[in-house]
Amino acid sequence: MLIAATVAMLVVMALTIIRGFLGPTFYDRILAVNMFGTKTVLLISLLGFVMGRPEFLDIAIVYALINFISVIGVLRFSNSPVFKHDIQEKDSGENSS
Amino acid sequence: MMDMVIGIGSALCLLLGSFLCLSGGIGIIRFPDFYTRMHAAGVSDTLAASMILIGLMLQNPEMIVMMKLVMILLMTLFISPTASHAIAKAAMNSGLQPLLVQAETKTGDKSSHL
Amino acid sequence: MRYTISLSLGLVVFWLLNSGYYTPLILSLGAVSIVVVVYIVHRMNVVDHESQPLDLSGKILVYYVWLIKEIILANISVVKKIWLGKGSISPTLATITASQKTDMGKVIYANSITLTPGTVTISIDADRLIVHALISENIQSLKAGEMDRRVSKLEKLC
Repeated sequence: MLIAATVAMLVVMALTIIRGFLGPTFYDRILAVNMFGTKTVLLISLLGFVMGRPEFLDIAIVYALINFISVIGVLRFSNSPVFKHDIQEKDSGENSS
Repeated sequence: MMDMVIGIGSALCLLLGSFLCLSGGIGIIRFPDFYTRMHAAGVSDTLAASMILIGLMLQNPEMIVMMKLVMILLMTLFISPTASHAIAKAAMNSGLQPLLVQAETKTGDKSSHL
Repeated sequence: MRYTISLSLGLVVFWLLNSGYYTPLILSLGAVSIVVVVYIVHRMNVVDHESQPLDLSGKILVYYVWLIKEIILANISVVKKIWLGKGSISPTLATITASQKTDMGKVIYANSITLTPGTVTISIDADRLIVHALISENIQSLKAGEMDRRVSKLEKLC
């Protein structure tokens, strides 16, 4: 059962990565990265139990915190024009080409 | 006997958690725009994570491992709404308009005066 | 002072639960790091009622039980919508009025809305919350105001 859950988690991570690559806007990508991080925490905990080494849980805790801080850190710069003009630039680019 | 009941409970929790996670993954691919995808991510952050962590808690009798799992669960539940609120607010501030179902005057007004 | 003591106690429990090694060396290292953390937190000036709502801690449990029930119900409905596909969802944006007086109450209310899948608080402006919902019925049930009432009750208790 543990191994099945681990495989399911890997599948979900693959789906999130697909959304991260496809994502039309920046925010889709950030959302995908955030969800990928949450799933990584679960994957690390599950792998710890599969291998019989529950010490992995420490790494999971640290990963959860780093994931949160990195998402907030990226969003800290969401006032910058790069984020804002993404949609319009893409639209005008499509129109001109 | 007791061990068997706990084992079955743990397997059920893990199975349910995996199913909910998969649903979240499907949702994030399938939904049409950013704001709706956020709800799909919410499913896999709340109940799915809790189910998997509870399943793991039922696997192991050791005290310290149990406490660490509880800590991860609490952290997930405190962090996920904050992160999704931050992403949603940043998206709204940068002018990403949500896809709304009905172009009624009521909702149209509200989204335009934001 | 009260908040400093409770913060230190919390850190001690956190260290003991996470470490698992109870030798004198490790314990003294833990004591040193707790002192450093308390000092830094004092310099940041965040040791007050807002960071540690102690009065709330006992009474909030009843609310948590209700919230967990609500989260499970919301999860089931959102998962159903995910498998039914695009046709079944009706994304809605609406403004909800919060009846809480204090900032703490508003934050609890907004976070509870975000924590239940299917509804996300996008911004808080005075007492108006802008909420995005996956299904328009979610907005109806928020406007009916059961969660609002429960959070207000919680706020009065503290």
